[in-house]
Amino acid sequence: MSKQTLFDKVWDAHVVRKIEDGPDVFFIDRHFIHEVTSPVAFNGLESRGADVLFPERTFATADHNTPTINQHLPVADPLSANQLHALETNTAKYGISHWGLGHAKNGIVHVIGPENGITQPGMTIVCGDSHTSTHGAFGAIAFGIGTSEVEMVLASQCIMQPKPKKMRITINGKLGKGVLPKDVVLYIISQISASGATGYFVEYAGEVFEDMSMEGRMTVCNMSIEMGARGGMIAPDEKTFAYLKGRDQSPKGEAWDKAVEYWKTLKTDEDAEFDLEYTYDAADIEPQITYGTNPGMGTGISQSIPSAAEVEGGASYAKSLSYMGFAEEESMLGKPIDFVFLGSCTNGRIEDFRAFASIVKGRKKADNVTAWLVPGSHVVESQIKDEGILDVLTEAGFELRQPGCSACLAMNDDKVPAGKYAVSTSNRNFEGRQGPGARTLLASPFVAAAAAVTGVVSDPRQFL
Amino acid sequence: MAYDKFTILQSSAVPMPLENVDTDQIIPARFLKATERKGFGDNLFRDWRYNNDDSPKADFVLNNPTYSGKILVAGRNFGSGSSREHAAWAIYDYGFRCVVSSFFADIFKNNSINVGLLPVQVTPEFLDKIFQTIEQDPKTELEVNLADQTITILATGEQESFAINGYKKHNLMNGFDDIDYLRAMKEEIGAYAEKSMY
Repeated sequence: MSKQTLFDKVWDAHVVRKIEDGPDVFFIDRHFIHEVTSPVAFNGLESRGADVLFPERTFATADHNTPTINQHLPVADPLSANQLHALETNTAKYGISHWGLGHAKNGIVHVIGPENGITQPGMTIVCGDSHTSTHGAFGAIAFGIGTSEVEMVLASQCIMQPKPKKMRITINGKLGKGVLPKDVVLYIISQISASGATGYFVEYAGEVFEDMSMEGRMTVCNMSIEMGARGGMIAPDEKTFAYLKGRDQSPKGEAWDKAVEYWKTLKTDEDAEFDLEYTYDAADIEPQITYGTNPGMGTGISQSIPSAAEVEGGASYAKSLSYMGFAEEESMLGKPIDFVFLGSCTNGRIEDFRAFASIVKGRKKADNVTAWLVPGSHVVESQIKDEGILDVLTEAGFELRQPGCSACLAMNDDKVPAGKYAVSTSNRNFEGRQGPGARTLLASPFVAAAAAVTGVVSDPRQFL
Repeated sequence: MAYDKFTILQSSAVPMPLENVDTDQIIPARFLKATERKGFGDNLFRDWRYNNDDSPKADFVLNNPTYSGKILVAGRNFGSGSSREHAAWAIYDYGFRCVVSSFFADIFKNNSINVGLLPVQVTPEFLDKIFQTIEQDPKTELEVNLADQTITILATGEQESFAINGYKKHNLMNGFDDIDYLRAMKEEIGAYAEKSMY
């Protein structure tokens, strides 16, 4: 048998039918849905008179639209309330589990999947959200789909998908002080660009990822889509199994042993071939920050913004810097900021709050900064309280909000005003992403914390 | 869903030579709150197209009467970012039937085909030629022939072939969609699910 990559093993095991000169009919083990990209899919299903084929394989949560304060009150925005209501009615009608607002397990779709053991190695997982790539941290094939495909999965538990090409990104060595998984992925994207992995599925390999926590791996895989990749994955290991053991939906007893036996086979064979490989050295990665309007426009925090001569795409580059109010060759350090956002499916987990708190502890929030600290789920919210992190945050002058996608995409009221600068732990710095005219600098929880206490872009290493 | 069958499209084109146009620009998140897939064209490129007071921005190409047509010609890496199919709906709803670029983001490309909007990927050189021809004559027409998989600049006769998956091409030319195909496979899918460990 020819040598296979981790990706091949999981993909090939899920092909129900191969179509000549066509896509594979690809079976989906777990399907996540939320209020924004599912209502039209349910309408489509209804108009076809189709049923949901396997309702127990779909899991619904409310996250994109939801307010982050007063979640016990009715949702004020009528359009958001309407979508939330549609999700509730649709899931009830078809017998799909729904963790809506107020449910103890409610939270961001890509946080609650792993948290409850719904996400497991070797699975195929899709959701109408591009950051579904997060679940690849467990050695699953996970990627975002459109609404037509949401309807397909509901109706048939399959999608029609040509197999992507394979890329491996290897980073060996040890990460330096103050360098978080977010910095690792921002560094990779700055090296290969926001479209450098388009057409590929990425496997992350090497010492850096082996050493990384499960939550760190989720942060890295989460942003695979930001380099254009369909998804990213990391081979499951003892750390993965330890994370999953005992979680609600994890296998139990004999089923657990059998699963672990299978999961241990999920790694790339020696000498298996990739279509493209990149290798980086951990020592070259410092805390990162973006200066432009796509996630590839980032740099080490002590570096300057590149000159137009150093980058491709002249007109687009100039437009981007003009939108941000930055000039080429400027230093990022010391730039005044207005907002800090800690949260999102990229950095809304407990480790992110621990990292943020480790810097703000004993310091005070800068007066010019509005900080939105938004846990990824109710479970994370409870952990923040139980571990005493909330006390640290409160003493430093911060408030904790309630879980949801919040200012990552600003579909709720958490919008950064036009022209204002936000240091954000989320995943996208696109024009208007955090509110019309908002200017976003993507960064790690350490960099966000350093900015929150100084009011300017700062190197977090001075506080560690 | 039902969309127009795609065979041959002959039309003038709207040029947008920017790179990395992401789906947040095509349709900003705040317009994703509908529960039906109608009317997204009104908010296509909302923040590039309108001022805060809803007056049109004169320098944006969709507000320039010089340019019109059913083909959008865009810079490389078009449609990156969010998986929102609303981006493809908005482009289709506005009246475009085809987007030409030298490079598309994966999810956008899939979404487009699924809603009857044809993404045509050309070489960077051919894309430049199209932009130059439109600059010289905004009324210049392009012909996109799906059966032959060719795109032609009619004024000069310059032509390129483009790739498309045979199955997807068949669907687009006939106005079929994947769900009908998959529903007919119910037993085969059920048998697969039986032996799957999950």
